[in-house]
Amino acid sequence: MSKQTIIELRGIAKHYMMGSEGFYALDGIDLDIYLNDYMAVVGSSGSGKSTLMNLLGCLDLPTAGEYKLKGTDVATLDETSLAGIRNREIGFIFQNFNLLPRATALQNVMQPLIYRGIALAERKQRAQDALAMVGLQDRMTHVPNQLSGGQRQRVAIARALVTEPAILLADEPTGNLDSSTTVEIMALFDQLHSDGQTLIVVTHEQEIAERCHRVITLKDGRLMSDQANKVPVKPLVSGVAAHV
Amino acid sequence: MSNLKFKIIEGTRSAALSIFAHGFRSFLTTLGIIIGVASVIAVVSVVQGFSANITQQFDGMGTNVLNVESYTPRKERLQGVRAKLTYDDYLEIKYRVPGVSNVTPTVRMWGSNAVITYRGQSSSSMIVGTASTYQKLNTVYPERGRFFNLSDDKSRRRVAVLGPSIMSKLDIKGDPIGQHVAVSGEWFKVIGIAEKRGKLFGFDQDDFILLPFSTTRALLGGAEEPDITISLQVDEPSQLEQVKQHIKNLLRRNHKLSKGTDDDFEIATADQMLDTFDEIVGSTTLVLGGIVGISLLVGGIGIMNIMLVSVTERTREIGIQKALGATRFDILLQFLIEAVFLCLLGGLIGLILGFGAGSLISNLTGLPSATVPAWAIVLSFGFSGGIGLIFGIIPAAKAANLDPIDALRYE
Repeated sequence: MSKQTIIELRGIAKHYMMGSEGFYALDGIDLDIYLNDYMAVVGSSGSGKSTLMNLLGCLDLPTAGEYKLKGTDVATLDETSLAGIRNREIGFIFQNFNLLPRATALQNVMQPLIYRGIALAERKQRAQDALAMVGLQDRMTHVPNQLSGGQRQRVAIARALVTEPAILLADEPTGNLDSSTTVEIMALFDQLHSDGQTLIVVTHEQEIAERCHRVITLKDGRLMSDQANKVPVKPLVSGVAAHV
Repeated sequence: MSNLKFKIIEGTRSAALSIFAHGFRSFLTTLGIIIGVASVIAVVSVVQGFSANITQQFDGMGTNVLNVESYTPRKERLQGVRAKLTYDDYLEIKYRVPGVSNVTPTVRMWGSNAVITYRGQSSSSMIVGTASTYQKLNTVYPERGRFFNLSDDKSRRRVAVLGPSIMSKLDIKGDPIGQHVAVSGEWFKVIGIAEKRGKLFGFDQDDFILLPFSTTRALLGGAEEPDITISLQVDEPSQLEQVKQHIKNLLRRNHKLSKGTDDDFEIATADQMLDTFDEIVGSTTLVLGGIVGISLLVGGIGIMNIMLVSVTERTREIGIQKALGATRFDILLQFLIEAVFLCLLGGLIGLILGFGAGSLISNLTGLPSATVPAWAIVLSFGFSGGIGLIFGIIPAAKAANLDPIDALRYE
């Protein structure tokens, strides 16, 4: 069975100037990411995880190498097209949730659909569906500071999913959550994966990485290893079933 | 194009959300605009209401009324020469110029001549000596009593028509008709009280005493012939120019002016007076408009300042929006719409406040009621919106050009 490639990275490098000294945040990354991959990116801080994340999410462009997303060379795109890619193909999930503080859960989830030019009624319908999918159908009119950390992250996941993106990019998604909420969120990720979603999770927590089906390790901007985990993995904490 | 319309609608929605989320701050931000627009509207509404009323008064007077006054050029005035219109001039015009009626002489008394007394109360006022025809030309109607008639003038009766303000000035109690007031030491019987007219630029229009012309002349004594004003009505408006020319020739001959010297009198029509008045109103409006324009400019700078702060404050939000797929144009439009929306809101509040203030001023000062012309509304909205656009563009561009990664990391 041949796997469908979504992302192709060839010789990707990101060079930064810090004062007079330059350094490589990423140095010659070759990587293929396939449809329905469930991939963890691990590495110590400063290993280039976040830089890779920004490049994959089209928030930044590499200084060298080639990034093809669904066959399109990202380097050829202008700022407006990159915004379009972020809107349609990428779903971001951040460690600190990054919800719009004054907007309700529903408005937050509707936000990316505005940039796609979808009319209010449809926007609302799709956002409600996405919130229902993450189990927040009765929290739609709450603003972020009326929600718990786990609920906020689920709003963020709903917001990432509502555009039906090709890949879901999660940057330390459980970094600000307690262990039981972490379990909830990871269970949600498992669910999304089994529904066919492609997920990339940046983490420094071994338990989270073990949960994923594929783990790549970065060190000093280079790809150190790319391994498949033996699936299925053991539950993180006993009693996961109770949370799912 | 429909895409842009969609973006503008969404931008307005989000601008409203953000403006009302910080209601008080938005109010303070736009206060400069509110005050600017409110002052424009207040001033314009008062001036326009006033002007509409004056125009109406002139209309009542008719365009066929001529006023003849003496005129001394400034240079000669400095040399102590004073031109004069005399009673003879009046008689000449009255009996020699065909096609005119209601020829009315008017003499004014000022200063020490204009002391009025009533039961120990002393004051001064504008004393106008005129003929009974004055009523027809100036539409003065007595509210009580009567105006003086031809026989009052002929027999030099000592009768007076008072402006309503004199009543309070002299503290006249009870029915004033039939009572006596002293003017310049001579006693006059009050026969009428004129209708109230109110104040004009702070000048009381009701502070006057009308006396018969012949009586006033006698009062002034024969020592020096007073300078008078002659008003008259031209029967056929089409004959206006001929009548003017006729009066001019007559007066020049009467005053023995040789060829080449200037007239020592002026003949003005109500239309000309109206034009002069319109000019005054126009330049007043322009000057005030300029001052207010500056205040709107300052208001605009205030808006820019707060918008710049707001962009910094919302850096992270902008980063989030960019990560969710907002383009530079989306962000630019969002902040621009917010600035314009804020200014228009300020303009609307200012409009309401200004009209309220204008009406209040009119009521308190007894000026005619305030009216806001459509051009003032359009102009103040246009100006507010324009200010939002001009002063919103820098903050909006700053927001649009933020780097998404830096913005997301911003604490």
